[in-house]
Amino acid sequence: MRLEPVADPGLVRRIGLPALALVLTALAGAGLAAIAGADPLATLGQIATGAAGSRFAILETLNRATPLIFTGLAVAVAFRARLWNIGAEAQLYAGALVTVLIGTGLAGGWALALPKPALLALMALAAVAAGALVLLGPVILKTRAGVDEVVTTLLLNFVVLLFISLLLEGPLKDPAGMGWPKSPPLDRAARLPRIVEGLRLHWGFGLALIAAVAVWVIQTRTTLGFEMRAVGRNAAAARFAGMPVNRVLVRTALLSGGLAALAGFSEVAGLKGNLTLDLSPGYGYTGIIVAMLALLHPLGVVVAAVFVAGVFVGADAMSRSAGVPTYIADLLLATALLFMVLALQLTRFRVVRG
Amino acid sequence: MTAGAAEARDGPVLRLDGITKRFGPLLANDGISLALARGEVVALLGENGAGKTTLMNVLFGHYTPDAGTVEVMGRALPHGHPRAAIAAGVGMVHQHFTLADNLTVLDNILIGTVPLLAPRLGRAAARARVEALSRDFGLAVHPDARVGALSVGERQRVEILKALYRDARILILDEPTAVLTPQESEALFATLRRMVADGLSVIFISHKLAEVMAIADRIVVLRQGRVAGEVAARDTDRARLAAMMVGAAVPEARVAPREAGAVLMALEDVTAPAEGGRTGLRGVSLELRAGRITGIAGVSGNGQATLAALVGGLARPAAGRLLLDGRAAGADWSPRAALAAGVARIPEDRHGAGAVGDFTLTENAVLEAYRDPPFSRRGWMDWRRARAFAAGLIADYDVRCPGPEAPMRLLSGGNMQKLILGRALAARPRVILANQPVRGLDVGAIAYVQSRLVAARDGGAAVLLISEDLDEVMGLSDVIHVISAGRLSPAFPRGTMTPAELGLWMAGHGFGEEDADAA
Repeated sequence: MRLEPVADPGLVRRIGLPALALVLTALAGAGLAAIAGADPLATLGQIATGAAGSRFAILETLNRATPLIFTGLAVAVAFRARLWNIGAEAQLYAGALVTVLIGTGLAGGWALALPKPALLALMALAAVAAGALVLLGPVILKTRAGVDEVVTTLLLNFVVLLFISLLLEGPLKDPAGMGWPKSPPLDRAARLPRIVEGLRLHWGFGLALIAAVAVWVIQTRTTLGFEMRAVGRNAAAARFAGMPVNRVLVRTALLSGGLAALAGFSEVAGLKGNLTLDLSPGYGYTGIIVAMLALLHPLGVVVAAVFVAGVFVGADAMSRSAGVPTYIADLLLATALLFMVLALQLTRFRVVRG
Repeated sequence: MTAGAAEARDGPVLRLDGITKRFGPLLANDGISLALARGEVVALLGENGAGKTTLMNVLFGHYTPDAGTVEVMGRALPHGHPRAAIAAGVGMVHQHFTLADNLTVLDNILIGTVPLLAPRLGRAAARARVEALSRDFGLAVHPDARVGALSVGERQRVEILKALYRDARILILDEPTAVLTPQESEALFATLRRMVADGLSVIFISHKLAEVMAIADRIVVLRQGRVAGEVAARDTDRARLAAMMVGAAVPEARVAPREAGAVLMALEDVTAPAEGGRTGLRGVSLELRAGRITGIAGVSGNGQATLAALVGGLARPAAGRLLLDGRAAGADWSPRAALAAGVARIPEDRHGAGAVGDFTLTENAVLEAYRDPPFSRRGWMDWRRARAFAAGLIADYDVRCPGPEAPMRLLSGGNMQKLILGRALAARPRVILANQPVRGLDVGAIAYVQSRLVAARDGGAAVLLISEDLDEVMGLSDVIHVISAGRLSPAFPRGTMTPAELGLWMAGHGFGEEDADAA
């Protein structure tokens, strides 16, 4: 068996194969449910209804998709330029930390006196700066000294998480928190409003959609985006053509780190209201899956993030009623990723026996 | 000898019939038929993109044809099965070798012939066979040498041995001399002659007329996916073959004498360190004048890469000065500074440095100028203008491609080079760095690229032509320098030196005396 390139994949290939991947994922999920001793079809149905079966479920899915859109964009932007940012988790927490520092008044009460839009904008921008800063170190080490950013960004995740833990046990600890390691809650003025009053969907989701469109516009319409894509596709040719490769990488890192930090901002200011160590159940890492499923396309990231969030939310709901462990969500995502990568490969190549 | 081969003694050992292969809108092979007799060398001649490699990939089972049949020894081969082709006695030596650098020659030859769980028996027999083959066909290479340590010529011998070890009776060589020195090519030809004397048949893919005339019995010319003609080598000559390849008489790049203008760029006693595997430069002085082609002759690896990097903005002199219009280039000398100063660059490595394969032709067309109007304003790209520019280049430079939105990697080397050339010349450069501008191109593309360079020179540009092909340097240059071990000879005006005299300089002779004088 070997692969032969398909010069012009038709619509059937481009739509049919990814759809087939989803069907196969569902089949695998059914198999897993059967192993867990539950009714396979009912389990799948419960996951689907849990993810999208009601207004509440849909909003819950979109809420869960919000941080994934940000981290997915962060990874997609970086990977497109061949900057392997595995540290979206650290950048997310850096953003969350700064959000809490400003939003609780710990960084100075003057901020809370600002008008609400100004305060929120300040928090978001400060979060972006913090996330960008976290990725700046690794990218400078990479461009100046050739240090592999996979290692530095990955390890920084632990450094930042432990640092947050230190703060939550010390200066940031909520005096009214009954001894739990959590920060004081944000001031009311520092909370992101809901998109529609009464519905549990906050403006972080709107910001995520705007970010996705913005990243898409940057990549396809601006000189910086052109440079980022050229550096990712062929750095030698980009350098030869006069592109400032290192500067492009630094700018990519700032954008990527900033996007990941917005996930932290939006989770704290839109959903949780304070900072804890379980703010992110690995959104930074799941962002990699999201970006890969989206083929690094910024608008695809939105679709992929909603899909991934739906699987998580649906599996949560299902496990409450069917008693199948929620780990099935991780398995489903892993299978979905594998099938999808395979399907996308098969749209571009056909298998020939021989 | 197998029964099949004996049976096919009278008929052809290989017959391709009506092979058609389409890639999207591109018809790569259009009803090609070809027969190969026992003990015969057939050359497959054609421009880049004429369909030679596609045809051989169909024959070898890498591609499935849309129509047509392949018969070996009178028996049809199933499509798309390289293993069936190997079993039928077809061996292929690709342009880019498929060897594992970290294994020995013997291991590379045995790969795929030994069952997975076989004990390490039979190695001695295998080695004896490899040694016998290597002796019989003059393919000198040590079985225990690590492939990574071998020269290109030796690696090619390993590839041929690999095919022979698998009992190939038909050997396909795809552009085998592209990577060889003249001596290595001669040795390869000797090997091929021994093989046909032994009853093997050879298909020799090339676009070099001289070697095709030297080695082939019969020549099949492909043009735009079809057979344009078929002649016995003894009944034709280079001019007629070239005409068949390009469909018309080859226009020679004519270089009429011309008065040189001002010095646009100069190197003054420049020294540059050896970096990244490049030979450094030692006290090089050079003047590039308007309306003049300055040729740099020399054996590859003698400092050409460093010279090109300096002129192109990728390196700065460690000592000495790089002058632009009489002013020294500063510490900010870079590709961007070079472009801004009107230096156009045609890089040696078009795939690696000249183009982004995954980008469209449009994106590649503006790879250098994307920052400037009309392609962008205040950081915003204007893709409509870029596309129009690319379409203009495609038309003006005869780039054969599906269109400006096609990915660059689909293009053949010649068409890729035409786009790079067009991109470089579109900026109306004052200085043109052409580093190996026609290497690996077919005659049609060579004539085209060279005539464009000459036209740019006639238009007043200063051209720096770096080439390892002495004929090319002598044919095009107004003055010639020879580069050897990082040193540059004085300028020799056209017609003052014979190839033999230049050859002595290339071997480093004139320099030694200079050094002695200086000391």
